[in-house]
Amino acid sequence: MNPVIAVKNVHKSFKNVKAVAGVDFEILKGQSVALLGPNGAGKTTLMEMIEGIQKPDTGEILVLGKTWKGNEDALHRQIGLSLQETHFLDRLTVRETLILFASFYSLARDRVDEIIDIIDLSERTRAYVVNLSGGQRQRLAIGIALLNRPRLLLLDEPTTGLDPNARREIWSILLRLKQQSQTSLILTTHYMEEAEQLCDRIIIIDHGRILKKGTMAELLEAENGPKIIEFTLEAPAKNDIRPPSRFPIHWAGGRAKGSVALLHIETELPEFINFISQSQLRLKHLECRRKTLDDLFTEMTGRRLNG
Amino acid sequence: MRRNQLFQLISAHFKDIIRRPAVIFWGIIFPILMSLGLGVAFTRKPDIVRHVAVIAQETQEVSIIANFLDHHAEKTTSTDTRKPAYRITLKDEKLGDTTFLFRKTTWEQAMVLLKRGNLNVVMSEKNGRVEYHFDPLNPDAQFTYFKLVGLMDGTAAPPAAEAFRPLTVSGTRYIDFLVPGLIAMDIMMSCMWGMSYGMIEKRSKKLLRRMVATPMKKSYFLMAMMTVRILMNAIEALLVFVFAWLVFDITIQGSLSGLAAVFFAGNIAFGGIAIFMSSRTDNTEIGNGLVNAVVMPMMVLSGIFFSYHNFPEWSIPVIQKLPLTLLADGLRGVFIEGAGFADMLGPSLIMTGIGTVFFLAGLRIFKWH
Repeated sequence: MNPVIAVKNVHKSFKNVKAVAGVDFEILKGQSVALLGPNGAGKTTLMEMIEGIQKPDTGEILVLGKTWKGNEDALHRQIGLSLQETHFLDRLTVRETLILFASFYSLARDRVDEIIDIIDLSERTRAYVVNLSGGQRQRLAIGIALLNRPRLLLLDEPTTGLDPNARREIWSILLRLKQQSQTSLILTTHYMEEAEQLCDRIIIIDHGRILKKGTMAELLEAENGPKIIEFTLEAPAKNDIRPPSRFPIHWAGGRAKGSVALLHIETELPEFINFISQSQLRLKHLECRRKTLDDLFTEMTGRRLNG
Repeated sequence: MRRNQLFQLISAHFKDIIRRPAVIFWGIIFPILMSLGLGVAFTRKPDIVRHVAVIAQETQEVSIIANFLDHHAEKTTSTDTRKPAYRITLKDEKLGDTTFLFRKTTWEQAMVLLKRGNLNVVMSEKNGRVEYHFDPLNPDAQFTYFKLVGLMDGTAAPPAAEAFRPLTVSGTRYIDFLVPGLIAMDIMMSCMWGMSYGMIEKRSKKLLRRMVATPMKKSYFLMAMMTVRILMNAIEALLVFVFAWLVFDITIQGSLSGLAAVFFAGNIAFGGIAIFMSSRTDNTEIGNGLVNAVVMPMMVLSGIFFSYHNFPEWSIPVIQKLPLTLLADGLRGVFIEGAGFADMLGPSLIMTGIGTVFFLAGLRIFKWH
């Protein structure tokens, strides 16, 4: 089966900044993939190259088996996209905006009505775009992206800046789409929960390179994976306090806080508590949780994903 | 279906514009108010007050000016200095009354008043002769001087009433000159500000980028913007004309087809220039500068308010080829000189050519994202 997107050893620089430095991946039909990374990681540049508005310096990107050059019109007909923040014509109603975009694809009015149902905006069809809430506007943007029943959907941070309710509404629209169609999806996000909810595969990017890719389970070794212990001390630990090598603590807050990954929590946690009390440290707070993508990112780079 | 795309784009832009109340004010009411204000300012019969400073001659025993004023003028007080002054009014039914207001000042005070524009002629005496001081380059000062000399000589009788025939025939008044010029200016302003600004805003809000990620035909988008602008300008011009017709009795003496030709060509010229000017930037401040760079020189040079024939001889052929001059001269040709379609063909073709060149150049370098 031909991949829907094939990114082959792509490099892209702006002046002296290397935005994308040798990226390879493929996305198959019906697959949904999240591009995860901190600001400036190269996500947007990568998306723009897939979207066809930037050209790679070297390497090749095939979308639906084609390069962008000479195939713009054909590809635009099969792709739907929503940008990080799009303003439509302020004084057009929701319905008029959809009709306008439907005319670009030569679609009939029925499709506009279907979309209004899908994005659940039937109550607001006569509202001017300028008067919509942030969540409603984003739903409209997704509705426009879905008008042409795209084979590939590109979403750039679809829920950034929305409140949790609005975010969940967007997720449910996309989850329904996932169940009902074979559309492939690629989205960029800061939110690991979003990636987990919507995507089968995750690609973690930093400094223009892929750090790691795979399913959520593969990345986090979910079932038998390590648990994260996070603790806060009443006073910072002195520099001469060295934990045993099987407890590689990531210190924070001037050694007043730390976290450590434990593989066998049943045996290792008592040992860890022992180490704390033998070092004459006093615990203020201790929490045990499963490992997240943020932890994974911190392990790999020493920095936080959303920091 | 392609035609439906163009229709939808036009309809969407049109709705987006007319649904803003501010557009109705600035696009329609404001131009009418402006033609009313300028029309009234320049068509009322002026009752002119001419201020003259008289340098007080303390030492001289017999003063010619003081003597003259004592005998011929009415004593009053100056309105702003509350000092004694003299007034002489020349009655004139046709030209409007002229009132001379003389005030006694020192030379220094007279210079201050002159610099402030409160007066433009200063009278003094030397060796028993009256001297007049004024800027010979100021026509208004020259006129005051001539009238004043006549007044002092006792020859300033009103012009022979039979010999003077006021021109009130439609087409020869200042308002007849002004209204077509205002319509031309409105077209330029509306295209340059409306389209350039709209485009830059759509680019900075990423709407252009979103739209070209569909199979939308790019030229249709630009054509729709231009069509809507021409439509708005036609409504605006029609309203200004109807208003000027009702209030100032302005008529169109030439051919309507000629008028239509020159109107559309003017819109195409400025629409094309507007698209070119807004083809790259996504910053409205830069857009501001670009639009001003185009609009300001033409506002000054193209003779909207006063004839450009006062500019140096060598510059006239250049000025006459500016798009705003072509449009204003064309509209005036039809409105007041009775020009026909054939007369408008040349200027219309040149304007269409200018517009097309700028449109195509703009489309080539246009930045959609």
